[in-house]
Amino acid sequence: MLTKRIIPCFDVDNGRVVKGVSFVELRDAGDPVELAKLYDAEGADELVFLDITASSDNRATVYDMVSATADQVFIPFTVGGGIRTTVDMKTMLELGADKVSINTAAVNNPDLVNEGAYRFGSQCIVVAIDAKGVGEGWEVYTHGGRTPTGIDAIAWAREVVERGAGELLVTSMDTDGHQSGYDIPMLRAMSEAVNVPVIASGGAGGPDHMAEALTEGKADAVLAASIFHFGTYSIREVKESLSEQGIAMRPVAARD
Amino acid sequence: MAANPFLVVVDYDAGNLRSVERALAHVGVDATITADWADVARADGVILPGVGAASDTMAKLGERDLTEPLREYVASGRPFLGVCMGLQALLDHSDEGGGQECLGLLPGNVRHFGFDHLKVPHMGWNQVTWLREHRITSGIESGSYFYFVHSFYPDPADPDLALGETTYGLTFPSVLAHENMVATQFHPEKSGEAGLAIYANFAEWVREAA
Repeated sequence: MLTKRIIPCFDVDNGRVVKGVSFVELRDAGDPVELAKLYDAEGADELVFLDITASSDNRATVYDMVSATADQVFIPFTVGGGIRTTVDMKTMLELGADKVSINTAAVNNPDLVNEGAYRFGSQCIVVAIDAKGVGEGWEVYTHGGRTPTGIDAIAWAREVVERGAGELLVTSMDTDGHQSGYDIPMLRAMSEAVNVPVIASGGAGGPDHMAEALTEGKADAVLAASIFHFGTYSIREVKESLSEQGIAMRPVAARD
Repeated sequence: MAANPFLVVVDYDAGNLRSVERALAHVGVDATITADWADVARADGVILPGVGAASDTMAKLGERDLTEPLREYVASGRPFLGVCMGLQALLDHSDEGGGQECLGLLPGNVRHFGFDHLKVPHMGWNQVTWLREHRITSGIESGSYFYFVHSFYPDPADPDLALGETTYGLTFPSVLAHENMVATQFHPEKSGEAGLAIYANFAEWVREAA
């Protein structure tokens, strides 16, 4: 049976892992490659790195990180942040990333989704959607959640999938950083609107929130950062809890 | 038995070339990435990786004059491993992109999942059940999880070609094996320890056969 995926996310600034609480306060939680190896051993199904390095002069730090991760970690990983062209995509994929994630660049230039899917295959094009509740629906935000676009998030999800996105990484700006649960109605609406996997992001406080996102929210995978980085829950604990709740999980290998 | 066999990963611009090379390096094998048919001809072991579309794969193998050398290599009886598209390319025909003739090294077709009730591609970790014993799966438990990303699945003419099977909407053969050919629909290079064990077993086989 196809399992639901548990995906730790690393926000990386100049080669170090940080995590914003509602995208404002940043705290340092370690070396990305070491963390990646640890989470692989702990049973992570996949990893996501979001490069938030402000200066494009420092791209070398993320290149080194991607290459070092690919040398040492043998599960799929996605890199996002600062990817604006198919050349950027090619660079990341050649360095060893399995997928690239685009967000603001897709809104600014939706053809980038088509071009990326055509050149590298839909399976490696993830579109990240940051959205905030407005009225009955949700609005897409860009630039790390700072800029409202006026675009309806569900319509946008449908559009990018039509253009070739192979997966959606959906973050609720309302719940992100609060550890009080994912935005279930938005996830459900998103997952029902498209026929590609949806990764739930923003608001994980524990396994019960993840269970809710994977069942009621109909997500295919859940992403979390702080609860893993600060040791609130290990991936093993999360997987054991979700398995007990009847959700298909890849079991974590026994410790030697 | 050779200590340093000549293990070739066929380069036809497939996206997972380097990942395959890295997984082999991790299990202590130096592989040569090459598009040179002469390397394929003299190899002790060949891996055909692959991500992407059947038509691109066949076109690129053709452009690089690799189609016949691959057929000759397989006919020689030396160990061969296909991965993902490298499995699908072995069959007679793929339904992908309106239909594509493939290498025809194994009888059968490649079909689209075409589900309404399940997401396509089949993406993520799924179980593989071994249907018989084979050295490539030695030491790996039946029911282990591997990482899949694909929208098409193999449908061999002879069910006995299946070495392992997986269920996603339907049950399909996720590992094929026939004589010196083995091929996986999943990506061993992205399947953690179980996947690395596949490469280690293949490397051992190549070493012994060389």
